[in-house]
Amino acid sequence: MSEITPSQTVGPFFAYGLTPKGRCEWDPNGSYSWKNTVESNLVTPDASGARIRIEGTVFDGDGKPINDCMIEIWQADSQGRYASPRDNRALPNSQFKGFGRSATDKAGVFAFDTIKPGAVPGPGGKPQAPHIVFCIFSRGMLRQVYTRLYFADEAANATDPILTIVPADRRDTLLAHKQAGTEPALYRFDIRVQGGNETVFFDI
Amino acid sequence: MSLIYPKQSLEAYPKHLSPGYKSTLKRSPSKPLMIVPHTLSELTGPVYGHDAIQEDDNDLTKQHKGEPLGERIIVHGHVLDEDKRPVPNALVELWQANACGRYVHNVDQHPAPLDPNFTGAGRTVTDDKGHYKFITVKPGAYPWGNHHNAWRPNHIHFSVFGHSFLSRLVTQMYFPGDYLFPFDPIFNSVTDDKARQRMISTFDLENTVPDWALAFRFDIVLRGREATPLDNDEH
Ligand SMILES: [Fe+3]
Repeated sequence: MSEITPSQTVGPFFAYGLTPKGRCEWDPNGSYSWKNTVESNLVTPDASGARIRIEGTVFDGDGKPINDCMIEIWQADSQGRYASPRDNRALPNSQFKGFGRSATDKAGVFAFDTIKPGAVPGPGGKPQAPHIVFCIFSRGMLRQVYTRLYFADEAANATDPILTIVPADRRDTLLAHKQAGTEPALYRFDIRVQGGNETVFFDI
Repeated sequence: MSLIYPKQSLEAYPKHLSPGYKSTLKRSPSKPLMIVPHTLSELTGPVYGHDAIQEDDNDLTKQHKGEPLGERIIVHGHVLDEDKRPVPNALVELWQANACGRYVHNVDQHPAPLDPNFTGAGRTVTDDKGHYKFITVKPGAYPWGNHHNAWRPNHIHFSVFGHSFLSRLVTQMYFPGDYLFPFDPIFNSVTDDKARQRMISTFDLENTVPDWALAFRFDIVLRGREATPLDNDEH
């Protein structure tokens, strides 16, 4: 039996601690000036590639927006490299981290400004289509759930090693759709934590 | 360094649906989660160095003009992996209620006073030995609407980054001997007694500072163990 520390819910009041300059409204009650370490804008001066914005609403099992949800994303740069010591192609001194965090607002909406990730190596050297790992925390969730965002307009989706093992009738829950006439491109990605059109979550 | 992430490690976690905690009823996936291989996308994760934070971010008693009310405490411990090896450079964030059990968040309308000298948020990065330390005040218990006369045991919320997205942990630290433990569905959502005990800090007399603050030790064990050579083909 493993001895890891169990997970507990993030609760309703994380925003002033984890997203002090985030979208959520809270009373700052003071003057302490936080350095913005983790935020919803991932774009850095050294980030090459196409700028995009991702926006979505998180819904509960009754189809009601969840207004106290925290979303974290993890993605590669436009060349498909992760800013992690475990990616041996990682650029030293890369300012682009590829990590972002957004609290949902009163309407249950989260948003990220970032760049479109490139293709990433997958199992057996097979490339994975561009994607972003999503991790979802909220009051009422005793542990986080993981999913992935794929770009609906990517031809590489057809051969992605993860997307192709998702049942065809549920694959659409992982696709972000580009909104017509937006610049930078706005992709819409709603998350349904439970119910009829429930987002596919991964047991990893 | 190469780590593997056995699925069995998660057995100690609460179930997504834990009916005693009512908010889980509509916020837990109803379909089975899909088992997928760990790829580079899961095995990597953000790393934050000491330059990501400011020196006093870990002292919650220094964020305002005056000192907060309540029992001043030191909360410290090690962040470790499953093989008990230290995890250095781990970003540790915490947030909590004030000594009266009130959060500064404007959704918290519990009729207990706010403390103008306490926000209740802090963060730090673990040192070479995986050690972290916070100075704060002991949070009060507070009521919540889950069921009639529901009160949360005293707790501090923790958020910890290991070295991959798979070892990401959000948890709560409790205090030893709390009389509210038997009645709290969040604490008891962890059904294994030994696992539950791992969320309870221990009173640490040795690190108490005389005439100044009591100390509590809270070690945090993240998912991930040393890979055997056979597992090295994972990435
Ligand atoms: Fe709490």
